[in-house]
Amino acid sequence: MAKVIEGLYYAESHEYVRVEGEYGYIGITDYAQDQLGNVVYVDMPEVDDEVTAGEEFGAVESVKAASDLFSPVSGTVVEVNEALEDEPELINKDAFENWIIKVQLSDKSELDNLMDAQAYEAICK
Amino acid sequence: MSDKRTCLYERHIRQGAKMVSFGGFEMPIQYTDIADEHIAVRTACGVFDVSHMGEVLVTGREAERFVQHIFTNDISGAPVGKIFYGMMLHPNGGTIDDLLVYKEGDERFFLVINAANIDKDFAWISEQVKAFDAVAENQSDYYGQLAVQGPKAEAVVEKVLGLPCQELVFYTFKKMDVGGEVIIVSRTGYTGEDGFEIYASHGLIQQMWDKLMESGEAKPCGLGCRDTLRFEVGLPLYGDELTDELSPLEAGLGMFVKMDKEEFVGKEALAQLKAEGLKRKIVGIELEGRAIPRHGYEVVADDKVIGTVTTGYNSISTGKSVCMALLDIDYAKLDTPVQVRIHKKLQPGVVIKKRFYDKNYKK
Repeated sequence: MAKVIEGLYYAESHEYVRVEGEYGYIGITDYAQDQLGNVVYVDMPEVDDEVTAGEEFGAVESVKAASDLFSPVSGTVVEVNEALEDEPELINKDAFENWIIKVQLSDKSELDNLMDAQAYEAICK
Repeated sequence: MSDKRTCLYERHIRQGAKMVSFGGFEMPIQYTDIADEHIAVRTACGVFDVSHMGEVLVTGREAERFVQHIFTNDISGAPVGKIFYGMMLHPNGGTIDDLLVYKEGDERFFLVINAANIDKDFAWISEQVKAFDAVAENQSDYYGQLAVQGPKAEAVVEKVLGLPCQELVFYTFKKMDVGGEVIIVSRTGYTGEDGFEIYASHGLIQQMWDKLMESGEAKPCGLGCRDTLRFEVGLPLYGDELTDELSPLEAGLGMFVKMDKEEFVGKEALAQLKAEGLKRKIVGIELEGRAIPRHGYEVVADDKVIGTVTTGYNSISTGKSVCMALLDIDYAKLDTPVQVRIHKKLQPGVVIKKRFYDKNYKK
């Protein structure tokens, strides 16, 4: 059974946002990493790139396939998780600990369009 | 049209395989993990359900002359028990399919063709055979097929399946009697490792699969690692490195095309292609970073698109991101710097030989 964490915001495309002040940490959910299998590469944007809610910002790749990443929120990338460049498999170890990008949120009201843990858990069944 | 199922379908489902559509069949892509299955074949033994492959039996007084007519390799003078790899071509030199020809007798040849091409191939064969004193029979629905592959494959086939295969040399086969049924066992495969392919009725294939599973000595492997394994040793997959529009010369498979043969369909077109010089060629590319080049991605040099990726992976055996690609001939030389467009970014790489891992055949 895939893990879901309280207090995060979830998108239907299986990304999460963990909000800390003006910033959001974006990654893929435990359910998503489980469906994908072993992650062998993460394609990430660069610092200062803009991301837009609902739009693609990178990809997580298994041996066989690339899955696009969609940003749940809009904002500016302030940090990418560089550890994933050498160890993309960290996502399989703990998808919530190993976020992919940190963004400065440009519109916090967008969070209202995302699901809470309970609602997200329901769509993973 | 709904996909066909092989005689092992229920077993795959019971064993929890993830199923995909491939070549008109519902096939297992992986049981646990592609990398684990890949490594099992490189280091020990894996077994694949390859019952989707097609089989055509050609018999008759002119069977050999007919096979020579549709096949690029030269089977003349071969002993019974020998196997040849080669292609069937369109008159314009494009590839209808790549296939194996098993010489069962002077007037009897067993052709093994790709699942996705069974209908196309058999239509072509049936049309061509009319001019010969020979008969072609599509036996694809009768045969199931297992591929037992890896350095321990010989021991597994001998011990677990009780089939004497030690004496078989690479690219030869034997017919064996198993409980009154004649089966075909060949020392062939599609992984770059030593191994065997076994053709038998559905019932026997199911029994053999069960024996292998009970023994725990052959890991069930899906088409996912079959592709990563064949790719690493530079073997082509029809649809990627060979197509109706691409000749075996451009695919770098000239050694399986015998231009000194008297005649075969496509020979004239290939002779002309050779005389004019190839305009494009399949090569290997190694990237500097880990970004993964995949089928269909653009290859760029001098600010223009100079080719397309045919197959690419982050190689499980070497950890490098590599691909095969069809490039303009001007950029196909070894060590040419090129870039692959991956998720909008251009990733630098260099042209290398399209063999990313050394074969380990037992010859």
